[in-house]
Amino acid sequence: MTVHCNAPPHGRGWHSTARRDSAPGPAGASAPDAVAAASTQPTGLRRSRAHAWFVAGFLLLLGGSLHAEPQILASQPPTTEPAMTTTGFTIVAQADPYASDFFDPSLLDAGAEARETETAEADDDLLDEAAYEALEEAAPDVDLLIQRLPEGNFNDRRAVAEELAATGDPRVPVVLGALLEGRLLATAEDPPRILIRAETGRAGRDALTGEPVDADLIASGRRIPVHNPLRNALRSLIAVSTLSAPDPERRATSLRRLMRDDVSPDLLEYLDDRVELEDDPRVMDLLLTVRALARLNVDDAQVRLESVELLRGSLLSEVRVRLEATANRDDDPEVRAAAREALDSIEARIRFFRFTENLFFGLSAGSVLLLAAIGLAITFGVMGVINMAHGELIMIGAYTTWFIQTLMPGALSTSILLAIPAAFVVAGLVGIAMERGVIQFLYGRPLETLLATFGISLILQQAVRTLFSPLNRPVQSPDWLSGTLQVNPVLALTWSRIYIFIFAIMVFVALLLVMKKTSLGLKVRAVAQNRPMARALGVRTGWVDALTFGLGAGIAGVAGVALSQLTNVGPNMGQAYIIDSFMVVVFGGVGNLWGTFVGALGLGMMTKFLEPHTGAVLAKILVLIFIILFIQRRPRGLFPKKGRAAEA
Amino acid sequence: MTQSPWLKSLRTPGVALALTLSAGAVQAEDPIKVGILHSLSGTMAISETTLKDTMLMLVEEQNRNGGLLGRQLQPVVVDPASDWPLFAERTRQLLEQDQVDVIFGVWTSVARKSVLPVVEELNGILFYPVQYEGEESSRNIFYTGAAPNQQAIPAVEYLMNEYGIERWVLAGTDYVYPRTTNRILEAFLKAHGVADEDIMINYTPFGHSDWQSIVADIRRFGSQGKPTAVVSTINGDANVPFYRELGNQGISAEDIPVIAFSVGEEELSGMDTRPLVGHLAAWNYFMSVDTPENAAFIDKWHDFIGDTRRVTNDPMEAHYIGFNMWVQAVEAAGTTDVDTVIDALKGVTVPNLTGGMAEMLVNHHITKPVLIGEIQEDGQFLVVWQTDDLIPGDAWSPHLPGSRDIIADWTPPISCGNFNTVTQTCSGQNY
Amino acid sequence: MLTRRLFLSDWGGITVLVLLLAMVVAVPYANLVLPPESPWHLSTYWVALLGKFLAFALLALAIDLIWGYAGILSLGHGAFFGLGGYAMGMYLTRQIGDRGVYGHPELPDFMVFLSYESLPWFWWGFDMFWFAMLMVVLVPGLLALVFGWLAFRSRVTGVYFAIITQALVFALMLAFFRNEMGFGGNNGLTDFKDILGFSVQARETRVALFVISALTLIAAYVAARYIVTSRFGRVLIAVRDAESRTRFAGYRVEHYKLWLFVFSAMLAGIAGALYVPQVGIINPGEFSPLRSIEAVLWVAVGGRGSLFGAIIGAFAVNGAKTWFTAAYPQVWLFFLGALFVLVTVFLPRGLVGIFRRRRTEGGA
Repeated sequence: MTVHCNAPPHGRGWHSTARRDSAPGPAGASAPDAVAAASTQPTGLRRSRAHAWFVAGFLLLLGGSLHAEPQILASQPPTTEPAMTTTGFTIVAQADPYASDFFDPSLLDAGAEARETETAEADDDLLDEAAYEALEEAAPDVDLLIQRLPEGNFNDRRAVAEELAATGDPRVPVVLGALLEGRLLATAEDPPRILIRAETGRAGRDALTGEPVDADLIASGRRIPVHNPLRNALRSLIAVSTLSAPDPERRATSLRRLMRDDVSPDLLEYLDDRVELEDDPRVMDLLLTVRALARLNVDDAQVRLESVELLRGSLLSEVRVRLEATANRDDDPEVRAAAREALDSIEARIRFFRFTENLFFGLSAGSVLLLAAIGLAITFGVMGVINMAHGELIMIGAYTTWFIQTLMPGALSTSILLAIPAAFVVAGLVGIAMERGVIQFLYGRPLETLLATFGISLILQQAVRTLFSPLNRPVQSPDWLSGTLQVNPVLALTWSRIYIFIFAIMVFVALLLVMKKTSLGLKVRAVAQNRPMARALGVRTGWVDALTFGLGAGIAGVAGVALSQLTNVGPNMGQAYIIDSFMVVVFGGVGNLWGTFVGALGLGMMTKFLEPHTGAVLAKILVLIFIILFIQRRPRGLFPKKGRAAEA
Repeated sequence: MTQSPWLKSLRTPGVALALTLSAGAVQAEDPIKVGILHSLSGTMAISETTLKDTMLMLVEEQNRNGGLLGRQLQPVVVDPASDWPLFAERTRQLLEQDQVDVIFGVWTSVARKSVLPVVEELNGILFYPVQYEGEESSRNIFYTGAAPNQQAIPAVEYLMNEYGIERWVLAGTDYVYPRTTNRILEAFLKAHGVADEDIMINYTPFGHSDWQSIVADIRRFGSQGKPTAVVSTINGDANVPFYRELGNQGISAEDIPVIAFSVGEEELSGMDTRPLVGHLAAWNYFMSVDTPENAAFIDKWHDFIGDTRRVTNDPMEAHYIGFNMWVQAVEAAGTTDVDTVIDALKGVTVPNLTGGMAEMLVNHHITKPVLIGEIQEDGQFLVVWQTDDLIPGDAWSPHLPGSRDIIADWTPPISCGNFNTVTQTCSGQNY
Repeated sequence: MLTRRLFLSDWGGITVLVLLLAMVVAVPYANLVLPPESPWHLSTYWVALLGKFLAFALLALAIDLIWGYAGILSLGHGAFFGLGGYAMGMYLTRQIGDRGVYGHPELPDFMVFLSYESLPWFWWGFDMFWFAMLMVVLVPGLLALVFGWLAFRSRVTGVYFAIITQALVFALMLAFFRNEMGFGGNNGLTDFKDILGFSVQARETRVALFVISALTLIAAYVAARYIVTSRFGRVLIAVRDAESRTRFAGYRVEHYKLWLFVFSAMLAGIAGALYVPQVGIINPGEFSPLRSIEAVLWVAVGGRGSLFGAIIGAFAVNGAKTWFTAAYPQVWLFFLGALFVLVTVFLPRGLVGIFRRRRTEGGA
């Protein structure tokens, strides 16, 4: 069964500024048979111009039968009026969402690679020469348009892209997608050859014919530049055409896109049809939301009311914006009240999630503090060395990460994982060298270790400056460390922070185990408690000191690996953490690992809960003042060491 | 050619030394002394070391081409060690002890403020190559970096027109340059009908590294249905964690573009650029600008520094312009006498690296084009927009209430850096 | 009698005082009287430089007084130095009057620019020299009193005290960086014109400031000597060497420490006030924790617990810094770092220790 849908008389534009045009479009022309023969359905909702004749001939298959025979397609050459940025658009819908492979750029690329490595038939279903020829006959001006893409400035390019989208040519989404991703190249010839570089590798294909081209030609092509406004426009252009993409993720992306733009009534009808066809529950949710948003504009107050009900509880910012608008401006008081009420319930939920978010921020800030301070909890807390070079040991760990990354480019994840033990060893060795070279002469004179280690920190900083230049070093993050865990639209937890939190806990637990369960830990504690007695019992205190200091230094190095994923790697980076680290250790109680743990998370949490009210600077000052006052009240920190050792 | 970084760093002071020696040996006549006042240690070394090298390169080239007035140039390099009072002390040393004829240097505003009384007292010439907040014009300082109207205002206009931005986040590090720039921008935006609630201003301390809450605020601020942009005057080290957090929280340049005034090629070379791709920066020069002058400059730079991976940036161009202006003025004056050269500098026109001409104006600022670039994966900028004309630098912003009536004009009859056109007075300066 | 007590066996101190007095005479002569062509002429650059060293020496003296004689290591003396400097800077800023670039009759330039309507209350009175000078000692003194009272009463000592003083100076730095504070933010206060009606740029004023700094340092040295040789000072040394024992002997240890700490803070404030007009700028960089640590190093290098050692240390380290950053900028931090390490490991009594040992060996 097919439904033929004409453009509605009041074509609401893509943008809210679209001009209304009461002229109905002529019925769509029938598509070339070849297209149907290629079993391809142009899915593009194509744009024509705002005040253009609204043209839509399209074919819909209600009931969602996958095996329905594809029938007529709409295709109307673009009208000749001058390009406008505000456009209405034509819907060229299709019967079967799974038959749209042709238009999926990724599949096209996959095809390109397949062809390179395997046989020429690998992607025959994607690129039928005959189909291309037929297409060219049908829309000869599309070629010319595509060839015009490299010309002029961004606005010219945008106009061409809009014209292209309006053609409904099946190559257009592919070409625009490549343009969007910076993979559309033009050669220097006149007219230029337009090439599409594959997403990976150096191969590619001709944008007009779909034929694969060799890597040299690709390399000779110049990228057709795009900028953000153009990218945004392209996304909107493509979004409509990928509403029926086979990949649910792509459908979701295009729906999220549509959510931002005003949905015109003709698209609304198309959405109705998609609702019938959609089988992915997540996409379905989005689809219903988009449709409900679109329905907030219809004339029937009852429909608007239903939409408000449906949107109740959604946390999407677009929904909130539109509900806000409805609550303020809707003609019907009942709808206004419903929207206001829905908004209030949403706000209540958001408040809860913002609290959760703050909690997460606090924990994450705390975990960074913990990582930075935990090595110091050993060198300062257990050994009593005021290690002012602690920050530089962190820096050494970060530089180790950078160094390993430059040694093995292309293996980001491995290099990061490898950097952890490497940084531990490098920083640990530096620490042992420091201990044997300088600090061992200063035991019992804690204030002088401060001066000596401060001197070492200056030397290490300047050494890094001399060796690696004073410029920062770029350390990259592997993909699994970027991006967010999107719990819901208002609560997104960044992966890097989650991993660093877990990592900090792991380091802490490992250290705790070392101190409590190993013989080294036993000796360390023994030496810390009573050095002469430990020595009398046969503990080689010198070695224990060196190893303990090495352990603390090594952990600082490991912290450097984690921090390299969050911040700069440069000669000054250690300075940023040294004072905070000392505050944490002193606040928590010197010599107590649990104190450091609680102190770090507590201070992190405090900063993050103060920050929204006071701003970042004042929050930091207040935390410092708090620590100063706290130390006056409890001079030995949160968890003071008890007994003889406390007086050391 | 590959060279290990430490060899390189050993080489650069060597060059200075060699230059000094050869200059002394070849020329019987006293060399012309060029003071170079850039921090080589401390926190600012990261930015300023490159400028010291740029100056050494320019001096070396000038000497190779026969020097100036038949005399060789002798660079005098000192290190103010990122210590602001030390900047003043070093300036005094350069002018009083070393008797230099001109100084090229200084990066931060506070260092300039520290140096200003000294160059005025001892009547020196200082070329200051960094974009800054304006609100200053000294007889003895020549500002070859951008004033706010040569960077910030055009950038915001671009976002308004091209992106249709309606909501603005003005985020900066808490010091005078961001404060001033943001005040000017705020006044400018309000004059263009932007409501109070559509402007969010945020300041953070130097080296701020935990951007979670602020980026989350920006995200919320930007999700109110109006196109939103961030105008960033965030300084140096705080940028890496800022952009990382933006990327991690899923804010792309298409959703909320960030336009930065302190992120250039050099800063990008020390960052993982992926979270920055698509974000914007406004400068008066980009390394990617395709002109023969620029290509030659980049080649010279790579030859000099011995590393083809090194980038060029806007302050380097400013030094290039400033140095050529000074050379031209000295040639025109036939002397290095400070007063004569200061007079000769006004109206001097030299080519810049983007295909235009830079002119020294009577307010001691220069004309510059404004370019907006999108950050690319390789750490370079794609120029997406540029002004048709050269923009003359404003010493005093017309957008600020305090400075609206003030102009700088160092030609008679005004001869004043802060002449109040209403009261017809020139206050506070020592002449 | 008093002279005897003050200078008995303090041959090092006497030497330093004599040198300082010689400078008071020689520097003005060499700068003002001798013509520039003379090989003995001292340029204004050197006068300003030496004047700065004198201010630093006074700060070092203040630190040595509490560290060397009461065992209180303050990593935050930059706070008092900076506050004294700001008080002086505020006076100098008010002296600019309507000569600022905006020509406002009362408000400093940065306030005009930040759209202040009127002078904030904490700027009141700073147009009067005597008030500003009072604040130079009062503000650091009060801060030291409150901070010290809290800390010593709770028996916060040693490492803990060092670290919370560091927190103090760090918090002050962050606070003064904020433009909302009303102290000019990161730029601080600069472009001074007059002090007591004399141009700060005039050679004569510079020489006068130098002489005043030298005389202040001498006076401060004598006062410090007076304290440490008094009964009060002997109790302090007892506190340094065995705090608990002194307490059990019936002394209110915290009172002794507190008053010494306040005195030391006031000296640091005066040092800051002398520093500012000579370098021409005061900004939050003075509150940087690194600076305070560096100041402690001067004392360590010179020799802790000898007062004149602090003066020698301040001159030695800053002289080295001036020379290195001009001649070998790359090497400076290596040198400074190595100095820290070598002095603490090999010269626990600083440069003074070298001479002392030699003297005791010779005497033995």
